[in-house]
Amino acid sequence: MEHFLQLLIFGVQLGVIYALIAMGYTMVYGIIRLINFAHGDLVMIGAFTAYFAARVPGVGFVPALLAAMLLPAVLSVLIERLAYRPLRGRPRLSVLITAIGVSIFLENLPRVIPFIGPNYRSFPKLIEFREFPLYGSAIVNSIQITNVIASALLLSVMVGIVRFTKSGRAMRAVSFNKDAAALMGIDVDRTISITFFIGAALAGAGGVLYSLTYPMIDILMGVWLGTKAFVAAVLGGIGSLPGAVLGGLLMGIVEVFATALYSELGYGAGFIVLILVLLFRPEGLMGKPTIEKV
Amino acid sequence: MLLEVKDLRVSYGAIEAVKGISFSVAQDEIVTLVGANGAGKTSILRALSGLADVRGGSILYADRELRGVKPHEIVKRGISHVPEGRLAFLNLSVHENLLLGAYIRNDTKGVEDDLAKVYELFPRLKERARQIAGTLSGGEQQMLVVGRALMSECKLLLLDEPSMGLAPILVAEVFATIERVRRMGTPVLLVEQNANMALSIADRGYVLETGRVTLSGKASDLAQMDEVRAAYLGE
Ligand SMILES: Nc1ncnc2c1ncn2[C@@H]1O[C@H](COP(=O)(O)OP(=O)(O)O)[C@@H](O)[C@H]1O
Ligand SMILES: [Mg+2]
Repeated sequence: MEHFLQLLIFGVQLGVIYALIAMGYTMVYGIIRLINFAHGDLVMIGAFTAYFAARVPGVGFVPALLAAMLLPAVLSVLIERLAYRPLRGRPRLSVLITAIGVSIFLENLPRVIPFIGPNYRSFPKLIEFREFPLYGSAIVNSIQITNVIASALLLSVMVGIVRFTKSGRAMRAVSFNKDAAALMGIDVDRTISITFFIGAALAGAGGVLYSLTYPMIDILMGVWLGTKAFVAAVLGGIGSLPGAVLGGLLMGIVEVFATALYSELGYGAGFIVLILVLLFRPEGLMGKPTIEKV
Repeated sequence: MLLEVKDLRVSYGAIEAVKGISFSVAQDEIVTLVGANGAGKTSILRALSGLADVRGGSILYADRELRGVKPHEIVKRGISHVPEGRLAFLNLSVHENLLLGAYIRNDTKGVEDDLAKVYELFPRLKERARQIAGTLSGGEQQMLVVGRALMSECKLLLLDEPSMGLAPILVAEVFATIERVRRMGTPVLLVEQNANMALSIADRGYVLETGRVTLSGKASDLAQMDEVRAAYLGE
């Protein structure tokens, strides 16, 4: 029981990070039906931003986190504008391939930047490490608490924006039909930019929280992390916001339990769950069965 | 003239759908464009709203050119377009759909008043205010998109086949609403395959055939013409 609880804590700690990152995949997919392959790399850029921000004297967790959200967000808006927008209305495959190209670019650019380079770096201790007994031998630490509180906060703000604000309503309208949304007076381009901005900000935050948990960062950290978060988004039902949270948590928990069972199993476990879920619910856990739009 | 379209051309790649069309809409008028499927009616309206690729001509609205203006800016200038196929936002609630109709407005009080008016006009929508639009019947969705357009405080209303696929009783209801809109002082450009109904409420009409205007004049005169009766009124 105590062991179970302990694993569950680890699972949730990892799951909320997947959820944050999965949210960006699902939002971008929801609004322009694009699997944004470059999304995982924004996680890495967030982590590096916090890494460098924390070197500035006096910069603690919160300012570093904000910087790590802002830079990928701005970058993501630029990527959409320069790489994806000119291809809007073209075959989806073109945009998909472009996204892969952007991803390769983002993974390799830091390699040649002298102060970044390909090496692993140890991430600063932005949160003082403390442990608190929870139940029996199960303990919870300050990083786990930070992860859960920060992601819960960010995810609720984001869901609140989408559900209850005028911009959120515009996002949902654009996601349903761009032309019809434009006829309401919605600036479709701007709405898409806002979506990329928010999604990337969450990815940046995910990068920071992940680096607090596993404090070694490198320029390829976003590849696996992005893939697993993508699997989480598909598992939950891509396009569905609650689905991204559920999928993320499930991925984290399954991965931790599988690793505890047999350490080689960890990486693959999420994929096994994905395949099982998709066999019975092709639209994902919370996705709506969709009719492919022309 | 509120709207003055001259020699408008619209193309899809190499296909020219609108081949130099001119027409106008004055304040307080209902003008209709009638023509068979594929005549270019939808393309014209999409051109007016900035959604179609305009290759030639000019679109003067309130003495300003609309060509090259972005769709959302055109809405801000006062043109509301109800697109073909009653595009309600099926993933949003009825209430949210109506609020989107007022997206460009900032007068909260006025929006609330207009919302109340739309609910009075279409009590069925009020009953279903919190329902997702996707759960509405086709007729209810048509009421929703018309109600949504009424929320925009527009100065010109473009309607693309509002009667399509509706039961006759609902068609009559929609056309009654269009006349009410005009009585409130908003001119309407009505596109219809249902030429009979359209000509019966319009002041003037234009008959389109494969991207060109073949006839135009007073709606009551057009409705009497043998060519029109033969081609569009099924006689
Ligand atoms: N998206 C499009 N791509 C290519 N051709 C189109 C497109 N939309 C319309 N057309 C063509 O343009 C012509 C006019 O179509 P449209 O404006 O929809 O006419 P209507 O509304 O009168 O039925 C038709 O020949 C149609 O096939
Ligand atoms: Mg049409």
